[in-house]
Amino acid sequence: MDETRQREALLEAIENIADRIDEEREYLTELDSAIGDADHGANLNRGFKAVMEKLEAMDDDADVQEIAKTVGMTLVSEVGGAAGPLYGGSAMTASTELEDGITTESSVAFAEAFLEKLQDRGDARVGDKTMVDAITPAVHTYKKSIEQDDLPPLEALAKAVDAAERGVEFTVPIRASKGRASFLGWRSTGHQDPGATSTLFMLEEILAVAEQYLEGDTDVDAASPTIPDEEPEEE
Amino acid sequence: MIGLLIVSHSGQAAAGIREIAMEMGGDEETIAAVGGDPDGGIGTSIDEIQAALSDLLEATDGVVVLVDLGSAVMNAETAIEMVEADTDAEIEIADAPIVEGALNAAASATSPKATVESVRESAEEARDISKL
Repeated sequence: MDETRQREALLEAIENIADRIDEEREYLTELDSAIGDADHGANLNRGFKAVMEKLEAMDDDADVQEIAKTVGMTLVSEVGGAAGPLYGGSAMTASTELEDGITTESSVAFAEAFLEKLQDRGDARVGDKTMVDAITPAVHTYKKSIEQDDLPPLEALAKAVDAAERGVEFTVPIRASKGRASFLGWRSTGHQDPGATSTLFMLEEILAVAEQYLEGDTDVDAASPTIPDEEPEEE
Repeated sequence: MIGLLIVSHSGQAAAGIREIAMEMGGDEETIAAVGGDPDGGIGTSIDEIQAALSDLLEATDGVVVLVDLGSAVMNAETAIEMVEADTDAEIEIADAPIVEGALNAAASATSPKATVESVRESAEEARDISKL
């Protein structure tokens, strides 16, 4: 996939994520009102609205790295809650992996860098009932599917989304040990984590765009097939 | 001189804590407070934290940051990384209760020998303060 098409796919994924967050705003807020401070939907929505404004004003020749970095910086500035530094800061850091565009290889590197920064910033591990519970299995599955199982990126991404979905389900019965929900102790059990849920929504949108751009395209340029979107594009 | 930055989810809380801390020392240029999300609701703003840190560094050699809850910590960390990219000055977050920590830090910052580390440590001593 050439540069223009990569750029197109990335922008489309971001736009779809912004629309999805807008649609799911109330649902995310509802999830967050059960165990948090009921601002996750509104905060993310404010962030992605600002992202869309920034991207509309951006130069037409901005490359994918610059776009990913801008998304990250805007989320960092505009979200206001923990999702800003988590999604935005991680996207900013991981964007450096896209220096040479979006390839299968750089998408894995982006995913790994994103996860590392997210875990480091939030100081959260799997089982703490946070977005880490969705993104960790997704990133690990994506990497393994590509590097060990030799799957085409689109299939790897579909498996990653499945893994994220199971991760979200996993947050329901467990007790929170990070974030505002941890103040509730055992009362946080039985509720689905809003952060893990928003992560899943973003991954689903990325997969949908990837399907559109890569369908039937998977065996072209087998040495270094490109995919339109890096894994945790949930900036 | 070491600066202090109070970061709370509420701008009013941050300003109030700053007011209390200033009883122990410091002035307009060395103790700052920020709070509230970019729309003025409950939360914190990385841009505001970043701007406050840059302002404090005009008058001080380093800054100790006092934070309240969860995302205030992450937003402060992110803002510090961004400011540190443009300066050699030291900036550290104190792992301390915000009110007591701010009081301890403000008192300790008045010492001519104060360093970012010594002020942060004084703030962190507040973790052991028993109220009853």
